[in-house]
Amino acid sequence: MNTAILIATVLICLLSLAALLIWLERRLLGIWQDRLGPNRVGFLGLGQVVADMIKIFTKEDWIPPFADKGIFILAPTIVVIAMLMAFAVVPFAPDTSISNLNIGLLFFLAMSSLAAYSVMLGGYASNNKYALLGSLRAAAQTVSYEVFMGLSLMGVVLLTGSFNMSDIVLAQKEHGWFVFSQFVGFIVFLVAGIAESHRLPFDLPEAEHEIVAGFHTEYSGMKFGLFFIGEYLGVALISAVITTLFFGGWLGPEFMPPLFWFCLKTFIFICFFVLLRAAVPRPRYDQLMMFGWKVMLPISLLNLLITAALTLARAS
Amino acid sequence: MLSQLRTLWTVLQHTFTKADTVEYPDVMPYLPPRYRARIVLTRDPDGEERCVACNLCAAACPVDCIALQKTEDDEGRWYPEWFRINFSRCVVCGLCEEACPTHAIQLTPDFEYCEYNRQNMVYEKEDLLISGTGKYHDYNFYRIAGKAISGKDKGQARNEEQPINIKSLLP
Repeated sequence: MNTAILIATVLICLLSLAALLIWLERRLLGIWQDRLGPNRVGFLGLGQVVADMIKIFTKEDWIPPFADKGIFILAPTIVVIAMLMAFAVVPFAPDTSISNLNIGLLFFLAMSSLAAYSVMLGGYASNNKYALLGSLRAAAQTVSYEVFMGLSLMGVVLLTGSFNMSDIVLAQKEHGWFVFSQFVGFIVFLVAGIAESHRLPFDLPEAEHEIVAGFHTEYSGMKFGLFFIGEYLGVALISAVITTLFFGGWLGPEFMPPLFWFCLKTFIFICFFVLLRAAVPRPRYDQLMMFGWKVMLPISLLNLLITAALTLARAS
Repeated sequence: MLSQLRTLWTVLQHTFTKADTVEYPDVMPYLPPRYRARIVLTRDPDGEERCVACNLCAAACPVDCIALQKTEDDEGRWYPEWFRINFSRCVVCGLCEEACPTHAIQLTPDFEYCEYNRQNMVYEKEDLLISGTGKYHDYNFYRIAGKAISGKDKGQARNEEQPINIKSLLP
């Protein structure tokens, strides 16, 4: 019963958060580009969220006649479902996670990889060359960045001795935040996380200036909205996981509840994602691949090797 | 890599920069008192139309947004039968005001004349005529120019001498 309430709460919070992030991103981008952003509808422009929702729900939902209909409809749902599923293992507060899985970290990795199917199938089913190019890029990007995304987390797992997210948070109580002992791992995971959620500067699958809108070129109405919500959920998920694995999750001074610290840290990372979008330009595609395979992979392997050696040396 | 980090830092510093946005309808911009935008037709101190339908404004207009038709009343005064300005074309350059020999056409500080219907941007003479004299309170073209109208014959204008009788030899 408790779990059901928790699931409902998390679901409602996450979906409204995803909608709210649209507003947050536009306001933050505005601030950083010396503009104001949407501020006309309601208090601070918060009504913009409602206006956007009404707009996207009432838009014509059109499936192009040349599209592969079944997959076309299925594709946008995958990303949202996968991202929501991944939140099941995130510990929001002590003993407050939907599922306290022993292999929580692996589950997160699996779910975030599944989200790539959404992009690939969406691009494939659109039967459009730009969409196909976008999904090709997404596939290649996911394959290359998935590799060291997992590897970068193994340092944390080695130090904790567990795949359980709650155990990892608790381990940071004695050990200190893993961002200090696993700084390289943190940087690599951050880069991989940005690539995983297809955010700038790694948004090559949808690169507006080159391939129209990439994989969601043919999508409109709420199907496009689902892709969007999925992207924002991805941002929130990566931020939450970074917080959990490297910044002590819900650990924090006593005067505020643990949930507050978790939300605060996650919020800071979400803002960092937006800052990246405001500041950093998109790399060329071959540069992206080269960066992944020639820089990030060796670094994460080295990090894993050194961490393992040090852990062994300390154990013996 | 370093340059990217520096970019991030520079952009982050913009958190504390004031936005450049002008919140126009909420915060009205300061306009100089003699700002020149919407065109009006003024009247002379006697309350008559100043416009003598000379067409100079229409000729000067670079976007051809002014059109008018000259006519005459019983006193011999010229005036426009109709006078039409298409404000959807007007670029508020002010050349018509400079061209006008009688100070009839003048530009006012009002610049907010948007319409939902494009046809409403076309102003007719009734819309353009105001009841006042505009910027030049004492100027009255027919009291200065030499043209005879009823009630003011040749030589009766201000600073005008009586016409010489060219048929007479007497001094």
